[in-house]
Amino acid sequence: MRVLALAGRRLLSSIPTLLIILVGLFLLLQLAPGDTVDALVAQMGGGDQKMVEELRRFYGLDAPVAVQLGRYIWRLVQLDLGYSAIYGKPVVNVILERLPATLLLMGSALSFAFFAGIALGIIAARRVNKWPDTLISTLGLVFYATPSFWFGLMGIVVFAIRLAWLPSGGFETVGAGYTGLMRVLDIARYLVLPTLTLALIFLAIYLRIMRASMLEVLTLDFVRTARAKGVAEQAVIVRHVLRNALLPVVTLIGLQAGTMLGGSVVVESVFALPGLGRLAYESVVQRDLNTLLGIVFVSALLVISVNFMVDLIYARLDPRIS
Amino acid sequence: MLLILVIAMALSAGILFPKDPLGLAGSPLIWPFRDARFPLGTDNSGRDIAAQIFHGARISLLIGLAAMTLAISIGVVLGALAGFYGGLADDVLMRITEAFQTLPNFLLLLMLVAVFGSTLTTVTIAIGLVSWQAPARLTRAEFLSLRTREFVQAGRTIGLGDATLIFREILPNALPPVIVYASVVMAVAILLESALAFLNLSDPNVASWGNLIGLGRGVLRSEWYVSAIPGVAILITVLAVSLVGQGLNDALNPRLRGR
Repeated sequence: MRVLALAGRRLLSSIPTLLIILVGLFLLLQLAPGDTVDALVAQMGGGDQKMVEELRRFYGLDAPVAVQLGRYIWRLVQLDLGYSAIYGKPVVNVILERLPATLLLMGSALSFAFFAGIALGIIAARRVNKWPDTLISTLGLVFYATPSFWFGLMGIVVFAIRLAWLPSGGFETVGAGYTGLMRVLDIARYLVLPTLTLALIFLAIYLRIMRASMLEVLTLDFVRTARAKGVAEQAVIVRHVLRNALLPVVTLIGLQAGTMLGGSVVVESVFALPGLGRLAYESVVQRDLNTLLGIVFVSALLVISVNFMVDLIYARLDPRIS
Repeated sequence: MLLILVIAMALSAGILFPKDPLGLAGSPLIWPFRDARFPLGTDNSGRDIAAQIFHGARISLLIGLAAMTLAISIGVVLGALAGFYGGLADDVLMRITEAFQTLPNFLLLLMLVAVFGSTLTTVTIAIGLVSWQAPARLTRAEFLSLRTREFVQAGRTIGLGDATLIFREILPNALPPVIVYASVVMAVAILLESALAFLNLSDPNVASWGNLIGLGRGVLRSEWYVSAIPGVAILITVLAVSLVGQGLNDALNPRLRGR
């Protein structure tokens, strides 16, 4: 349980970080030309000065910046993210509606990138400088350089338009009314391309790091000892090398959780997925500042919780930590 | 080699395609290799794709280089201060770095662009502002291990000021890994800009590869080449930049050669 205490302390220390983020962003958004009311009025096709002022008062936008900031932080403490003027409902509800798609996308992309990256990294390291290694390493470099949205578009061209194997966008078949297992399969079909698209760059990174760290660990003394004891090659790799070589890759997952969320903004808009990323994009365009701040808050929470889990996994992999 | 090709493309853009790449040139949606005047075809509104690719090389390299320089400068200065002074300065600076790291960088980029508008300059600065965390951590780690070495103590004994110690004595020793990492920053900067442009949030008045991909999306079903060609250009450029980084790494860390 000391592990939990340690991870908990890390969790506590992320509170000031969160506060810095929120204050910084709030001040940043104050610099933005135009506010929610301007956007609303523009959407309604204009309005007179009196109505604009009334709206401002209604949304509390007439108060000084410091007061608005104080109010905002106080509401956040109560887990109230405010009210989205554009969507006409509380921000929490808007975000909760969009969260599952993003979580599903991130989860599947992360697991795919993690397991495929590790497998490819191991293969490359076992056959270092032979053709499988050259092939895998080259693929890794190319994947790393591929813009994800472009890969997604090309995937649509090949698999959705030419071959018509997969749907080109959306989250599930609208109006099909599937339930239970059928619905799961339906959604899975829609998620194949987005998952691959989002996972691509992370796959490249993981396989590179995995290969390097396998090579590093393979030269260490305890591996030689294990081999000298007559441990079978398979067991050496799985029980001795793998466990140690995994550490840097696991670290990276925590570090890149934020990058992955950022990547989902682009991927979700390519595939028209109703997720958090597309919501962020829409609220930037619509100047829905409450929603935008809410998304940032939720994604910071997400990143922090991923890091919390990484800490726990880390402690399991390396008993010396705790 | 690849990088030289891209640089050559950027440099020759003005000579080969002296006209405005965003000006109308011919009838829309001519396929590549059909018309000798437009080797790579034309886009939805009849603009020459080849000209846009060549001018796009300029924009991408420019944004990549400028954003990378900005990110590395911020990162090195903050990392150096945190690593050299330690204590409270270190705590505060690393908290800020952590805050930036917790925030999804693309989300922050979206916000910066939404707030400050999307001209070439603001986009470049915004990309620089979201990419300095890793260089800062790297520099800090180098400084932490270097600041107690003998040559620093010797410098202190002969009465060198802190600024001299940081920039003339320690920094040159701390720089090699940061320089290698600079290529990663530049590659990511180019990818970030193209993603922004794809979402129509970058400068619409310059010929950017991402803009063209976003434009081609509208005709993806039939004329997929409009999106495909600029994507290949981005891929080659980012690949070139990362290969240069790898070469630098091999040159600076001879121990790792042969891996």
